[in-house]
Amino acid sequence: MKRRLILKLAGAAITASLAFGGAAQAADTIKFGAVAPKTGPLAGGAVVTHWPNIKLWVAQVNARGGLKLKDGQRKIEVIEYDDQTNPGETIKAVQRLVTQDKVDFLIGPYGTGFNLAVAPVFAKYGYPLIAMTAITDQIPDLAKKFPGMFFTLGSTTPIVQGLADILAKLVKDGKIGNKIAMVNVADAFGIELANAARPIFKAAGLDVVYDKSYPLGTQDLSPIVKGAKAANPDAFVAWSYPPDTFGLTGQAMVQGLDVKVFYTAVATSFPAYGGKFGVAANNVMGTGGVNPDDPAIKEYMKAHKEITGLDADFWASSSVYASLQILEQAIEGVGEVDRAKVTEYMKSNSFKTILGDITFDENNNNAKYWTVGQWQDGVYQGVAAVGRDGAKEVRLKSGWK
Amino acid sequence: MDILITGLLLGGIYALMAMGLSLQYGVARIMNLANGEMLVVGAFAAFWFFTVAQLSPLISVFLIAPVIFALNWLIYQFMLLPLVKRAKSQGQLEVDSILATFGMSFILVGLMVAVFGGDYFNYTFLAEPMEILGNTYAANRVVAFLMAMLIGGLLYLWLNHTRPGMAMRAVSVDTEAAGLVGIDVQRMSALAFALGGTVTAIGGGFISTFQTMDASIGILFTMKALIIVIMGGVGDIRGTIVAALVLGLLETFIATVIDPGLTLAAAYLMFILVLLFRPQGFFGRKPS
Repeated sequence: MKRRLILKLAGAAITASLAFGGAAQAADTIKFGAVAPKTGPLAGGAVVTHWPNIKLWVAQVNARGGLKLKDGQRKIEVIEYDDQTNPGETIKAVQRLVTQDKVDFLIGPYGTGFNLAVAPVFAKYGYPLIAMTAITDQIPDLAKKFPGMFFTLGSTTPIVQGLADILAKLVKDGKIGNKIAMVNVADAFGIELANAARPIFKAAGLDVVYDKSYPLGTQDLSPIVKGAKAANPDAFVAWSYPPDTFGLTGQAMVQGLDVKVFYTAVATSFPAYGGKFGVAANNVMGTGGVNPDDPAIKEYMKAHKEITGLDADFWASSSVYASLQILEQAIEGVGEVDRAKVTEYMKSNSFKTILGDITFDENNNNAKYWTVGQWQDGVYQGVAAVGRDGAKEVRLKSGWK
Repeated sequence: MDILITGLLLGGIYALMAMGLSLQYGVARIMNLANGEMLVVGAFAAFWFFTVAQLSPLISVFLIAPVIFALNWLIYQFMLLPLVKRAKSQGQLEVDSILATFGMSFILVGLMVAVFGGDYFNYTFLAEPMEILGNTYAANRVVAFLMAMLIGGLLYLWLNHTRPGMAMRAVSVDTEAAGLVGIDVQRMSALAFALGGTVTAIGGGFISTFQTMDASIGILFTMKALIIVIMGGVGDIRGTIVAALVLGLLETFIATVIDPGLTLAAAYLMFILVLLFRPQGFFGRKPS
């Protein structure tokens, strides 16, 4: 099922140009290709974090007349493909976008594995790739292999370290004991994080008393929560994917898993999480974050809601949007569709984004990002970050009521 | 004891997934690979009723049921009947129906994405602790288990103690012989297919009370239902329920005593052993 959706959000100007003969249209727009899941296991995440930001960004850029190039302003046209959460399809779609649709630029795909999968294809055709939803420790290697690949969401170790620091500090302050129950989804993401966490937790003086994995798509998570509860931990940490993030939280409530720190990974920062669990979500910690009090973020979230009708999530959404801003500013900075120059521009300039200033380091990495967040009174607040200000004080969880 | 109850609860949920497919495959001979999607349709409907009208899934499933029944009836009449008529042998029908329903699963996913979007959906219904013999369980899972047993029991009674039920079993045993004794095989097959789809969708409604889903999650349910139906024995609703409960118990036992990471491996190991030593399934008849 290959649905080809051509979004022409340009409005009146394009309609007019179509009406007066579409021949001139091709030169009037600048074409972007986008591939990410609309169906398949990761679609639920992509439709929260990925697709709405593309829609928002295109709408905003086109509303102000399009991208400013040397030969005048050009509106954005996006060609979208669904990769069905299948890396093989992602690669095929990227090739198609480059060879058939002849797009001027490509928007990075969704998810760590998918960004790694397409990196060689982007490199082969000379398109810059901003990995906006990838977390990996291989950034230096990847940047060496693929000089046109950039990273905005962060790497595995600091994300684990951020949590370990919080836990270690709570232990040191005598607020919690040092016993940790840790579970992970048996998938590349969960395994990489759990493997990174074991030595880091140990070095931080934490004692992992329960350490288990469960297969992706497990229907009944109650044995895991029961097992964790039986180990009598002070903190519960799950390197989980969206369905199990919801499932583990639900089971923890039912089983009355009373821990002072309850941490789940992906989707904890989704508005749907706070929506579903309400007050029970209070003081739950999760991966990543933002500073929702920052005026730029506030404005972004308002626009996101207005234009897409959806709430942005409190973590990767802003990273996706900031990455699109970087692409936008780099293209305008160069002033023409020259992909090599745009790549160079990204390496050597600083960009103003909703996350603050972003400058890529020698590994093409954005070294400033949020690592841990926490639901505090209905808002998901960043509580730990690398190089970003505005972290809120960590609170302890006290029951689920 | 805790393992036993947790396992039975999980097994009941598996039974909800698989009973419909058991009817569809056992009687209508349609290996329906869109089974999981039909389940998600039921879940979506329950979700929609709950969020829009605050209607409890316990009520809304009965509103959904006739619609799903009609939908599945139409699917059988217009999409699968031509395959049945064309098929020269049962084997050919199975291959054709697998391909056709596989395609149908994509259409259903596409429709659901178009209508509801690809976002995760869930709601909170009876997510309360419930104490049974000193251990706590989620009330919505207990309800789902009870419904599974109720539906399974009703189906069993209907199949074994009523005339149409007997006719349906006759079709399941031998389509040609059933036709010779005056049973309208085509009508029975359509009925079985529609009923199976309805049972699956109702199951989806109950599963949605505790599981987060999205439009494309159906394939996971299909895979589970498939191995349960094969393990239970084709065309026997008892076998399906027993296989579902055994699988639930096994997975819970493994997850609690050994390691949650091994549940999938254990499930497939059991599947392989059944295929090796009892290929007709727990309650299946030996092929003559």
